[in-house]
Amino acid sequence: MSAAAEDVVTEAPAVEAVPKRAMTLGTTTSLVILAVLLVTPLFVKNFIIFQMTMVLIYGLAVLALNILTGGSGQFSLGQSAFYALGAYTSAVLMEHANMNYALTLPVAGLVSFAAGYLFGKPALRLSGVYLALATFALATAMPQFLKLHFLEHWTGGVQGLVVTKPDAPFGLPIGQDMWLYYFTLAITLAIYVGSVNLLRSRSGRALMAIRDNEIAASAMGVNVAQYKTLAFGVSAGITGIAGGLGAIAVQFVAPDGYTIVLAISLFLGMVVGGVGWLPGSFVGAAFIIFVPNIAESISKGLSGAVFGVLLFIVIFLVPHGARQVAIIAQQMIGKLRK
Amino acid sequence: MELFTNQVLAGISTGAIYACLALALVMIYQAIDHLNFAQGEMAMFSTFISWQLMQWGVPYWWAFVLTIAFSFAAGIAIERALFKPLTKAPILTQVAGFIALYSIINSTAGLIWDFTIKQYPTPFGSSPFLGSQLISTHQAGMIGVTLLMLVGLYFFFQFTRIGLAMRAAAALPESARLVGINTSWMIALGWGMAASIGAVAGILIAPVVFLEPNMMLGTLVYGFAAAVLGGLTSPLGAVVGGFLVGVFENLAGTYIPGVGNELKLPIALALIVTVLVFKPAGLFGRAIVKRV
Repeated sequence: MSAAAEDVVTEAPAVEAVPKRAMTLGTTTSLVILAVLLVTPLFVKNFIIFQMTMVLIYGLAVLALNILTGGSGQFSLGQSAFYALGAYTSAVLMEHANMNYALTLPVAGLVSFAAGYLFGKPALRLSGVYLALATFALATAMPQFLKLHFLEHWTGGVQGLVVTKPDAPFGLPIGQDMWLYYFTLAITLAIYVGSVNLLRSRSGRALMAIRDNEIAASAMGVNVAQYKTLAFGVSAGITGIAGGLGAIAVQFVAPDGYTIVLAISLFLGMVVGGVGWLPGSFVGAAFIIFVPNIAESISKGLSGAVFGVLLFIVIFLVPHGARQVAIIAQQMIGKLRK
Repeated sequence: MELFTNQVLAGISTGAIYACLALALVMIYQAIDHLNFAQGEMAMFSTFISWQLMQWGVPYWWAFVLTIAFSFAAGIAIERALFKPLTKAPILTQVAGFIALYSIINSTAGLIWDFTIKQYPTPFGSSPFLGSQLISTHQAGMIGVTLLMLVGLYFFFQFTRIGLAMRAAAALPESARLVGINTSWMIALGWGMAASIGAVAGILIAPVVFLEPNMMLGTLVYGFAAAVLGGLTSPLGAVVGGFLVGVFENLAGTYIPGVGNELKLPIALALIVTVLVFKPAGLFGRAIVKRV
């Protein structure tokens, strides 16, 4: 601690460490939730099915951010950009190339993965606030990219594109909304299981080592650069698939649907759900879909303020979000049993 | 050639605004090591306050002074109430706090004054400055007010006790505390000053971009670009970066084909990423060494 003191900084951890086991739910709980998700649509109206579909889709996007932040400790305020990329990829392929909607999703995922990987390369050098800054700029710039004149033939410019909603295949006797719900549920389930396994694997451990102490991780032989860019790519890829699904579900894409507001919502969803707790992503998604509806019904433009206030409440009272609430609930139930 | 000079001068005048905003960002960054994502929204809100005062019949310069005083108090209040308790929280939590503030201010402004675009007056008029076609009186006024403010800040930090105390608190908080400086209040003071500087920037740019809740988003991104270019640890760098970015923005818009108004934000993005990748410390900043 001498003359050089002013130039040496011990960086505060970007994200609090979450143990691997605390990232998921137990088997029984998972199966019960899955059963509820499978059965509920049979008893509710189409509009509610649509909203449940959107919860799953946003849940995927929040999950992707959660892998990036909770897993590798990097954070992004630019998820809306990758979401938009996926949505436009799906929409353009469906409308201009007449591709089957299900086939557009892997393409959307791949395109977003590539974009995320490439953006992750320079972002590698950045950590903490700098990364937040670069991704913030990415999110604000994205709508302008989408409005570009020479892309207008494909993207429809400011007007955007209208997407046709798919019918249930093989003549199944269910409505479009319900089919889309089950279709989304299947994809969500696959990605969720994949993500859980990813975080439990060797790669997942490497990511968490980077999250907790980058320099120590690299001393242990973890290829920090590779894993960080990969985390960015995987996160962007999943977000892209969510974007593609979102485009199919709302049947419409337009540049102004993918502004910084969406990025903030996804970020908020992650914080509310609990950083690093994967099931929390869907709690967070439900939050960012239903809260604005309630707020907007009281007064137009109120949702931003409500979001902000709630975000502060979460930060101050339950910094671990829904995960903390779940743990507290569990303890209370445990006490009642005694 | 005339087009070139014209664009450079126009760039300098918008650059003055970026310089103000970048300076406000750097002041908070130096104090707490965080970027205030809500800086632009705070400036926007201040601008709305001044507009409201003028609607109630307060003369321009009185509204100007009152708004700055209000912003100063509001900046301190925000720091005391919301960010002081978060000092030791992980980076993610702090970023979430700034994002929450951004969202609250943006939405509240929309609720109070709705989202329609409003005209904003300028005290300088918009006739050609000194009979030259190159620059309008408002642009000259923007540059003038900014320079005046910068000189004032320079004297404040160099020649007053409290300015010295603020510099000490930012540079070496522990040592500053040992010599009896209340570093916690110095941070609050920094927030207040940053909010006031932002208010000046907002009031000056409002006649150009018009008054509405989202008016500062583009400006904020350019302010970030300016702060990063100059180096986040250097107030002088922020100012120089602001002017450079302003000129660069205008020249790129004029001379690079395909880059018009519609690509302004992607240009700022490219600038930020380029600087962060090739010279993360910026032009004037000092490199940071990390400890395991």
